[in-house]
Amino acid sequence: MIATESLSKRFPRVTALDRLSMDIGPGVTGLVGANGAGKSTLIKILLGLSPATEGRAAVLGLDVATEGAAIRERVGYMPEHDCLPPDVSATEFVVHMARMSGLPPTAARERTADTLRHVGLYEERYRPIGGYSTGMKQRVKLAQALVHDPQLVFLDEPTNGLDPVGRDDMLDLIRRVHSDFGISVLVTSHLLGELERTCDHVVVVDGGKLLRSSSTTDFTQTTTTLAIEVTDSDEHPDGTRALREAFAGRGIETTTGGELPGAGHTVLITTQRNDTYDLVRDIVADLGLGLVRMEQRRHHIAEVFRSETDIERKEAVTHGG
Amino acid sequence: MAVEQSLTPAGEQTRIHNIGYRHYDGPRLGRAYARRSLFSQSLRGAYGLGRSAKSKVLPMLLFVVMCVPALIMVAVAVTTKMKDLPVDYTRYAILLQAVVGLYLASQAPQSVSRDLRFKSIPLYFSRPIERGDYVLAKYAAMTSALFALTAAPLIVLYVGALLAKLDFAEQTKGFAQGLVSVALLSLLFAGIGLVVSAVTPRRGFGIAAVIAVMTISYGAVSTVQAIADAQDNSGAITWLGLFSPVTLIDGVQTAFLGATSAFPGGHGPSTGQGVVYLLVVLGLIAGSYALLMRRYRKVGL
Repeated sequence: MIATESLSKRFPRVTALDRLSMDIGPGVTGLVGANGAGKSTLIKILLGLSPATEGRAAVLGLDVATEGAAIRERVGYMPEHDCLPPDVSATEFVVHMARMSGLPPTAARERTADTLRHVGLYEERYRPIGGYSTGMKQRVKLAQALVHDPQLVFLDEPTNGLDPVGRDDMLDLIRRVHSDFGISVLVTSHLLGELERTCDHVVVVDGGKLLRSSSTTDFTQTTTTLAIEVTDSDEHPDGTRALREAFAGRGIETTTGGELPGAGHTVLITTQRNDTYDLVRDIVADLGLGLVRMEQRRHHIAEVFRSETDIERKEAVTHGG
Repeated sequence: MAVEQSLTPAGEQTRIHNIGYRHYDGPRLGRAYARRSLFSQSLRGAYGLGRSAKSKVLPMLLFVVMCVPALIMVAVAVTTKMKDLPVDYTRYAILLQAVVGLYLASQAPQSVSRDLRFKSIPLYFSRPIERGDYVLAKYAAMTSALFALTAAPLIVLYVGALLAKLDFAEQTKGFAQGLVSVALLSLLFAGIGLVVSAVTPRRGFGIAAVIAVMTISYGAVSTVQAIADAQDNSGAITWLGLFSPVTLIDGVQTAFLGATSAFPGGHGPSTGQGVVYLLVVLGLIAGSYALLMRRYRKVGL
């Protein structure tokens, strides 16, 4: 879908992209980075609107430097900022945008009605946009990016300014853009947690450099850590400590569950064999404690990202020195 | 219970079928079509069509105000069997320059500053359409809107003149000269109006600035010309006309389109001086276009 090869963009004062090489396939791809990491610059280059200083990029197999117009015909773009005039209705606005994409008048009207329905705008689509909530405006922005049935859409911070419920709705909608509509998505965000749920693939960019590119399952793959929580009893007033000691007696290393509130009652052990579960059951039963919880821990992208960043930084320091 | 029973069949009849997402495999008409669509949308918008009822009021009102004097003149000419129309075709737009200026001030900002103010520009430029297409479509639409405003009363006058059985050849020549004159006026005014209003994303400032450039410059030039006339300085009168859009058009049509000058004392430019006028007009039109292109280079994404 998208391929870049040592893509760089330098402005007189800053380097926005620094030899970025990546390959993005079909599906929902998250582009993560702090503000100013070069996400918007990358989208601009991919739309063929801003020439790269060096390197090459191709979208849908078309070169961004020479076939910009052909790319923009097949790609949709939803900007980060507000871009809707308040005095027209969503229908009028999206019809106009469909025609700007080259759809004949009748097709533009049909596609507008379809697309607005798909993004969840019904009767309100005939009212002026000025009266819409932020969530509805985001839907209109998404609709104008989808109205010409692109093969790929760029969504720039689509959850910006939404409340938690609106955020969830938008993320579900983005998921559906791929699963139901068959349109590939490149979505940017500075929040990793959101993309974890929505994306098949996550690309992490920092300071214009590629930090990491891998599938979401890689990030959040099931770890071998088992979290256990037990009750206290009369015999063992501190059940957690008793459990830890019992594990220590059998030569199994334990750790506490981190610094979160209530995490002090969680014991983490590393599973070595399949019979670890049986072992836990037996130990807890022997101690006469109640087993409240036993679950496999999954990594959050954030943890991976943090450690990756640390490693990169250290490497950078080592190389630099 | 009864309510539920009566509801069930109705609910089945009005079931919503989820037909799912349908792909579009029809034609994609590309850049030229998008440019034409933007042109027609902007032209309609300049008369409030496709916009709220409120925004139709002013342009339509000004259109009527433009045409009413022509209708009255025609009525008078027909009933009193005049030998000639009371006003030349070329003179009409100059007489009503305040109305043209007001129309431009109200519509040019809405045409360009809306997209700037609400940051819709990136939505255009993320599509096949390019900067040049956008500027061309907006410029052409504003020019056409002004042409419709200024040519409509001329058509009224011409039809009226033919009804009054005035000399056909003479009237047709005058009408054609009038059309050329208002076409040039539309190009010049649209360019200046769009450049001025594209500078600011605020519509209010845009309106004020266009009025200032159009009407105040005309007022100033006319006043100074009147002073020069009082001092019998006819050369100054002629050259002062270069400093306002209305007098520029007046000068060009005096020199080339057989118009009688509206300058004080009728001191319009001669053919030689008219060349300077024409060059200034063409330079301003080309300059406006170049400035618009420059303006939109910065506002991409």
